[in-house]
Amino acid sequence: MSNSPTTPGIVPARLHPEAYAQNFDDLYPDYDPHEAMVAADRCYFCHDAPCVTACPTEIDIPLFIRQIQAGQPQAAGKTIFDQNILGGMCARVCPTETLCEGACVREAAEGKPVEIGRLQRYATDTLIAKNAHPYTRAATTGKRVAVVGAGPAGLTCAHRLAMHGHDVVILDAREQPGGLNEYGIAAYKAAHGFAQTEVDWLLQIGGITVQQGWRLGTDGTLAGLQAEYDAVFLGIGLAGVNALGLADEDAPGARDAVEFIAELRQTPDLSTLPVGRHVVVIGGGMTAVDAAVQSRLLGAEHVTMVYRRGRDAMGASDHELSHAANEGVKIITHAMPVAVHANGALREVEFAYTHAGETGLEPTGETFRLQADQLFKAIGQALVNVPEGVTQDGRKIAVDAQGKTALPGVWAGGDCTGGGEDLTVTAVAQGRDAAESIHAALMGAEA
Amino acid sequence: MANLTTNFIGIKSPNPFWLASAPPTDKEYNVVRAFKAGWGGVVWKTLGAEGPPVVNVNGPRYGAVWGADRRLLGLNNIELITDRPLEVNLREIKQVKRDWPDRAMVVSLMVPCDEESWKAILARVEETEADGVELNFGCPHGMSERGMGSAVGQVPEYIEMVTRWVKQHSRMPCIVKLTPNIADIRKPAEAAKRGGADAVSLINTINSITSVNLDTFSPEPMIDGKGAHGGYCGPAVKPIALNMVAEIARDPATHGLPISGIGGVTTWRDAAEFLTLGAGTVQVCTAAMTYGFGIIKEMTAGLSQYMDEKGFTSVDQLVGRAVPNVTDWQYLNLNYVAKAKINQDLCISCGRCYAACEDTSHQAISMSPDRKFEVIDAECVACNLCVNVCPVADCITMEPLAKGVTDPRTGETVGDYTNWTTHPNNPMARAAE
Repeated sequence: MSNSPTTPGIVPARLHPEAYAQNFDDLYPDYDPHEAMVAADRCYFCHDAPCVTACPTEIDIPLFIRQIQAGQPQAAGKTIFDQNILGGMCARVCPTETLCEGACVREAAEGKPVEIGRLQRYATDTLIAKNAHPYTRAATTGKRVAVVGAGPAGLTCAHRLAMHGHDVVILDAREQPGGLNEYGIAAYKAAHGFAQTEVDWLLQIGGITVQQGWRLGTDGTLAGLQAEYDAVFLGIGLAGVNALGLADEDAPGARDAVEFIAELRQTPDLSTLPVGRHVVVIGGGMTAVDAAVQSRLLGAEHVTMVYRRGRDAMGASDHELSHAANEGVKIITHAMPVAVHANGALREVEFAYTHAGETGLEPTGETFRLQADQLFKAIGQALVNVPEGVTQDGRKIAVDAQGKTALPGVWAGGDCTGGGEDLTVTAVAQGRDAAESIHAALMGAEA
Repeated sequence: MANLTTNFIGIKSPNPFWLASAPPTDKEYNVVRAFKAGWGGVVWKTLGAEGPPVVNVNGPRYGAVWGADRRLLGLNNIELITDRPLEVNLREIKQVKRDWPDRAMVVSLMVPCDEESWKAILARVEETEADGVELNFGCPHGMSERGMGSAVGQVPEYIEMVTRWVKQHSRMPCIVKLTPNIADIRKPAEAAKRGGADAVSLINTINSITSVNLDTFSPEPMIDGKGAHGGYCGPAVKPIALNMVAEIARDPATHGLPISGIGGVTTWRDAAEFLTLGAGTVQVCTAAMTYGFGIIKEMTAGLSQYMDEKGFTSVDQLVGRAVPNVTDWQYLNLNYVAKAKINQDLCISCGRCYAACEDTSHQAISMSPDRKFEVIDAECVACNLCVNVCPVADCITMEPLAKGVTDPRTGETVGDYTNWTTHPNNPMARAAE
């Protein structure tokens, strides 16, 4: 194991063994109680607070911060979970600068918002650390609901349904529950196995059975679920990835960023995970940033993120991009891939500079090449394997405001549906609201 | 640089900042450090009568109230007068005064309420060549149960009697320190003056329990599960102290009686406020106990800069300047009509003014769907609550209506000065002449 960042090719162990634990540890460690008190004191307890309006799950932020001020972070956690049962993960992954913290009046006043995300993490972590689940199930209703997908939308929906007394079966294709929380985000955002800790804590509500390794279309059909259960919720996410549409884009060394991120998350010893010396990431979203930053943290010498439009059009937040730049990721904008050059293995990726033309994005005619042992494609994910009978609205499953699909007894939420920006917090809101709609439908039918 | 030297009842000091009688002035070591730092004077921690010294508790003596970042807002103590032998204190006082002749050296005293005890201690203090004495009639705990401290200070007749003994048996200037644990601060001040006091100092600490431990159900500070009320001081008590100082300064019976102001002085500004309400010097304790003696540099430089900016060349010119503006409610001008005004450029749309006005006041602020907050003049009574709860300084201001303008709330025209004494709703009103 004498590799270094400059070792050619795609190799493991580019760093000293101790560097991995440090690089992939919590990006922002928890507040200690005093820090939390000082941070909480900055909240003005705004009337009809803009931060609440900006939160897709409408957490009562001034209330939970006041509960921290009053010395009861667990009560603050409960306030958060009332609206968002995955408030712990959201505290870690939400792009707060465009949501609650972006709306904070202190952002307007001083350019320094109340650190709502970190306060939320303090509150939720405090409660979860007690391993006490603050909710109890209502008396059982005898109704059975199938939830397909154990990602944020499915877990949230299942929890809310179980709370109302329904019996829930979660069917999930992966080995572990959690969906993107477990497979799709950077390790340093959910360090110390938080995704599984959160799932275990959530399931303490009872009434939820989780079946892993069950894939819709392979292990059962939607029609079969409709027949067996009183209602079905689809939280199947976006299982496909968009392709570049270039020859040799699958040359050895080129792969989808989501696959790399998932493999990284499931690798106990990161010194065994190979990474290139010259890494190119194509895309401008969170997935691209997570792949790029983690490549650097694994020891890649040069990591370049290339996006075809300007920085303001990128899906990744300014905060994420600053973090990437700080970790040594080079960010190139206004450049689109036009060729992958491979000679057996990947060698170079060729880009054309772009500008906004009359027909949309057009190449300027100027091109450049980036040396690449490894290429990560992160230009978006797509809905695939849509169950028969489910109607689509564009590239997503069509649902109404309560998450109902056109099929009777079938609801959907999360990234597989439209609305929202494919954020964890949006999926939570949709899963929660769909559960309420399902509950109303099931109980209304009885009345 | 403005000249900060003061001459308070004949006691000279290079600046008006004295350390109050308290732990910081209990011994030579501390006082010398204070003088080196630049303090103008000290009131040596209270001496008791000859004999075995008092004892203090051996657990916490202080309790506190904090802001979110542990800023000390209020401090409470259950410490007693000096627990060191009288001879040691007297020897050190003499030595320090000899070494620091330009600094004020006042000695605080508390002995049993009989003439012989006072006569005896005064003779001993005079031998130290200290500049004066301060009679501790304020200490609210421990000593009061033995008939001293605030037990004397709460009975004006005792104050007058003891003060008279002191003036009779000593040539030293005498300051009487008053307790705020009384209904009307003017009565003990008047008694001190009748007894011949050269000055009063106030306030001593306020009876208090800082908090209750909700696990053990013990008041804080807690000694073995129990707590006793202690004396409260620090920034939290300043408004109470300012009022009491002003009451004495403007009472015809005590007007002109020199005052040494005490109570929450933390920065030069606090000191300047005490001076304008009639204090000739200020005494500081909590701020020094919180931050150390180094704060004196900010205090003296700050007061000096303020005086330069205002064109004052001596502290005397500042003393009492606000006293004529302290009046009674009944004389306030009822034709001073103001309206709140929100500066939309400064407003950060937090809505605190709206919540306060809508929930707890006069429904005089409107809120638009895009969070623009505006004052409804026809409802605004100018209560100032919106100003007080607004987190942005100067965002909301109170704008007086000009004479002759109609107040949209009352429909009445703003006229000349008028007050409650002649108001038609006042059953006691005197006919306007």
